[in-house]
Amino acid sequence: METKTVRFGEKLVTTKEFLAEGHSFCIGCGEALAIRLAMKALGENVIMAMATGCDEVTTTPLPYTSWRIPWMHTLFENTAAEISGIEAGLKILVKKGRMPERDLICVAMGGDGATSDIGIQALSGAFERGHDFIYICLDNEAYMNTGIQRSSATPYGASTTTAPAGKFSMGQVTRKKNMAAIAAAHDIPYVATACPSYRFDLMKKVRKGAELKGPAYIHILSPCPTGWRYRSDLAIEIGQLAVQTGIFPLYEIEYGRYRLNADPPKLKPIEEYLKLQGRYRHLTGEQIQRIQEMVNEDYAKLKEKVAASPL
Amino acid sequence: MADELTWKDLEVGNIITEAGNGSFRKTGDWRTERPILDKEKCIKCALCWIYCPDAAIKPSEEGYYEADLYYCKGCGICASICPAGAIKMIAEEEK
Amino acid sequence: MSRRVALEASHAVAEAVRMADVDVTAAYPITPQTHIPERLAEMVADGELSAAYIPVESEHSAMSTCLGAAAVGARTFTATAGQGLELMHEVVYVASSMRYPVVMAVCNRALSAPLSVWGDHSDAMAVRDTGWIQVFCQNGQEAFDLTLWAFRVGEDPKVLFPVMVHLDGFTLSHVTEPVILPEQSEVERFLPRFQYPFALNPDKPMTHGAFGPPEIYSETKLAQEVAFRNSKEVILQGWKEFGDTFGRYYHPVEEYKTENAETLLLTMGAFTETAKIVIDDRRDKGEAIGLISLRLWRPFPFEEFRRTVKGAQLLIVFDRCISFGLGGPVFSEIRSALYDEEPRPKVVGIIGGLGGRDMSEDNFDYVINRGKEIAEKGSGRMLETVGIR
Repeated sequence: METKTVRFGEKLVTTKEFLAEGHSFCIGCGEALAIRLAMKALGENVIMAMATGCDEVTTTPLPYTSWRIPWMHTLFENTAAEISGIEAGLKILVKKGRMPERDLICVAMGGDGATSDIGIQALSGAFERGHDFIYICLDNEAYMNTGIQRSSATPYGASTTTAPAGKFSMGQVTRKKNMAAIAAAHDIPYVATACPSYRFDLMKKVRKGAELKGPAYIHILSPCPTGWRYRSDLAIEIGQLAVQTGIFPLYEIEYGRYRLNADPPKLKPIEEYLKLQGRYRHLTGEQIQRIQEMVNEDYAKLKEKVAASPL
Repeated sequence: MADELTWKDLEVGNIITEAGNGSFRKTGDWRTERPILDKEKCIKCALCWIYCPDAAIKPSEEGYYEADLYYCKGCGICASICPAGAIKMIAEEEK
Repeated sequence: MSRRVALEASHAVAEAVRMADVDVTAAYPITPQTHIPERLAEMVADGELSAAYIPVESEHSAMSTCLGAAAVGARTFTATAGQGLELMHEVVYVASSMRYPVVMAVCNRALSAPLSVWGDHSDAMAVRDTGWIQVFCQNGQEAFDLTLWAFRVGEDPKVLFPVMVHLDGFTLSHVTEPVILPEQSEVERFLPRFQYPFALNPDKPMTHGAFGPPEIYSETKLAQEVAFRNSKEVILQGWKEFGDTFGRYYHPVEEYKTENAETLLLTMGAFTETAKIVIDDRRDKGEAIGLISLRLWRPFPFEEFRRTVKGAQLLIVFDRCISFGLGGPVFSEIRSALYDEEPRPKVVGIIGGLGGRDMSEDNFDYVINRGKEIAEKGSGRMLETVGIR
């Protein structure tokens, strides 16, 4: 691999691709982009554990791998436990003099299902035990790999294959589980939300999470053209709208202190975000209004926490 | 290819010892549209490079960023975010 | 100099893990396994063992954590029982398929429902097809010896399979017996450091756990099965070296008073010792009866087993588990293993000792008498049991 960089003003980004070209993520996948950027931020001194999901099946059909870093997958719900073992194993081997000491980042990745549904117990355990690792949730808001089934991260009003919109249903009728808040409730050093549309913000947060000692959690909204049903060229715009409408605010919680990383003076109407996506196409004006109210409530609550945090 | 391997060809635990050996996989043939760069308009900002989900855009010697059609799946993100309007998507069969 | 000390079997296991200088142990407490992780945690707390003791939040995570640690080259150990083994079930399969040589002690326990913390072999039988090397212990010394041996065999570069050491919950795990502990230097001679050739490391990035499309999944399974069967050579070699180092020799099929035996009783685990008393008694009275016990459960020791039962007319298999709708799982496997033999003994299966029900000498007397009766006249019953009302 070449060791060149591309300059963006003050920022230098490596041209190394740790996730090799030739992977089979869908055309225009926001998650593939999120991973590509996160890996650039992490560099090569990493060991990764990845949960079953889109990112695992699109990158490792035997006998081939798209990974240029040490990478491990076993199951769906145990990734946080696996990274716990990796982290503890490395530490003790160094302590016992069986391995030279070096700065290695232990990174775990999983989708929203692997994180906020089936793997939440293992993740909570790993947070509680305080392993030094970074967990990245690639949130595309449903079980996309198996065909767009709803998860607890699917937003209110979205239509999925197991919570479809129909004559008697508007699709998802529950509110999106606030996984970042759950992570934060473990009092871990660092929690942040990110979106690949905000590339440098994402990379900075991933880097920060990796550098801080102890567990870090980065929740990345990963637009999914297949599951959200939007045109394949719109991932960046959709991510921007998610932030600009306030439905997915960018914030970080460092040692308990909240900070908004993008706080537009006026949020765009939620309709601008929803109307680009087929999963929301069935919504009535009233239902969109309800979503707008929910966004306003959640955003106000977040701003209260930011205001209550000392600078 | 996978269907030519026998059980004897597999590494212990099916471990893949060659990093990134999947990079030969050609995803360019998924494409229905391809990006065309207008170098006159290009401001070399590299946004297309950083936003490509497939890492298919590569910096060139002259400082441009150009799609490697072996990998480019033709999503059109580069064209949609190009601030200079320098990238256009055209149908794959167009010359 | 080796020392002879009184040790609870669970603590004997922990002692073996300590002497093996394990790197990572991740465990979740479950009766009757608790004394093992408790003792290990204590050893780490007191500095007797330099290891990461990871108090995980479930057995699923216990095994998953061990896999992560093994993948970076750490020597790993965990212990569980009953429901815990069931909860980690899918990870147990992954451990063997990905060839991580985790060692796990299982303090055999019945499965719910109804809840029972007491012993039988239902948990062991539920994992018999998981691709782990599996052995059964009969006493505390064996629990120590086989745990130590498990690291030696599992981590051998020709093997790289996980090893499960079964010891009966309570009837063995909680029993205090004299155990001979070797010198640390002897242990080090027997057990080399774990040198995992595929450790995750940025200097040579590897991919562990790629997925298997239909074009290749079958090949992965055949490769696994061939390697698993071939591990037997190292298993035997490991026992030979163990015997040469420590003076105690183990065999895939343990025999007791089998010479010229017309009838053989087959048991597994700690009840074997009770059965031996009954065999002694009957031998004294001139009965041509012997006892065999499967030490090695997986890979199944076909060859040794067939050789051992050759010449016997009746084999009575005692099971501590019901495979519902089939009968005793050990019995059905034994019968199948003998099908191609000519001549072959009659094989009779009797089930008992479930969920902590004791097996007395009288019970084993019944097993033998009833076994002979069935061989002569047939059973006529849906299921043959002992000690069940």
